[in-house]
Amino acid sequence: MLKMEDVLKAFQPHRGDAIVISGRATRQWEKISTQRDRDLPLGDPSMGGHASFALGLALAQPHRKIVLFDSEGDIQMNLGVLAMIAEQKPKNFYHLLLDNECYATTGGQPVPNAKAMAYDTIAKGCGYPSAHAFTNLESFTVSIGRILSEPGPVMVAVKIEPEIENVPIGQRTPRSKRTRKDALADLRKSLGVSN
Amino acid sequence: MTEAASLSPEIVLAELKKNGISHVVWLPDSETNWLYTLMKAEPTLTLVAVPREGLAFSCAAGIHIGGGKPVILIQNTGLMESGDSMRGWVKDMNIPVVLIVGYRGYTRHGVNKDSAATWTEPFLHAFQVPFYLVENSDDAPRISVAFEDARRTRQPAAILVGDEYHGFNR
Repeated sequence: MLKMEDVLKAFQPHRGDAIVISGRATRQWEKISTQRDRDLPLGDPSMGGHASFALGLALAQPHRKIVLFDSEGDIQMNLGVLAMIAEQKPKNFYHLLLDNECYATTGGQPVPNAKAMAYDTIAKGCGYPSAHAFTNLESFTVSIGRILSEPGPVMVAVKIEPEIENVPIGQRTPRSKRTRKDALADLRKSLGVSN
Repeated sequence: MTEAASLSPEIVLAELKKNGISHVVWLPDSETNWLYTLMKAEPTLTLVAVPREGLAFSCAAGIHIGGGKPVILIQNTGLMESGDSMRGWVKDMNIPVVLIVGYRGYTRHGVNKDSAATWTEPFLHAFQVPFYLVENSDDAPRISVAFEDARRTRQPAAILVGDEYHGFNR
């Protein structure tokens, strides 16, 4: 298993000008990212929807690379989203799944069938043209640059160590220093979007 | 009410085009088959099929944030399934999207046998989503009213398609 922070650090040099939807990795990503106006720390609008949001953004911005840091808990809530993404064939969509095998924000209870799930295989079976799985940092670090040059949609499933939160939600440090509203406004301004 | 087609899918499509729709995020229902055929042939529209209606709301949010103009086309049963997604991805994020919702079970005379119809309007009231009933082609201009509502409020607005058995699916 990899540390989430190490995964994000290995990804950062290859980010280019990609839009990054940081999902449950937001707190760690904000310390590493160097392009705040291309980051979307959306928090948790409704669990299970990040991948279809990212697809929508990829369809509306087909010439910009979209990277999503998704989680296995989110994906299990809406596994059909993989078929939805595969059908649309967004060449600019990179789906990095950070799989800690548990619901870390609720105390670390395992997701269903946590250890036996093969999300790269599932993505392939749904029609993703390319899917990869990593369980150690060295191979991820060596491969991620090449993977990000493949045409999407690409699934990259990475086993990570859980960072479990046991503090009541109201007492936690917010994931992002920015509000969702500000992050959306910053991105739209950088894209020249005003609809 | 006759059994002839009363809500023309061509008129619905014209309303979508008039309002500059770029993407139709949808899950088929019994009302929309003929509309699907028309939309598929329309080069200005991208159809995005969802396997569960809640995904339509998050996808539409992404399309809007990226500069597109989505519409959501689902049945009332799927709308009710989508409550939390609509709350989080559309209402909280101020996404001005129109929902065109097949009104399964709607009978016009108020005595219905389908709980999908019973709960549709209370559901929309609970989420404070304004809605307009469209039963025939004469009602079609209400679709543009819904688009104007959504644009003005930066919130969702709904069209209830109350023409279940003899309109789109002719």
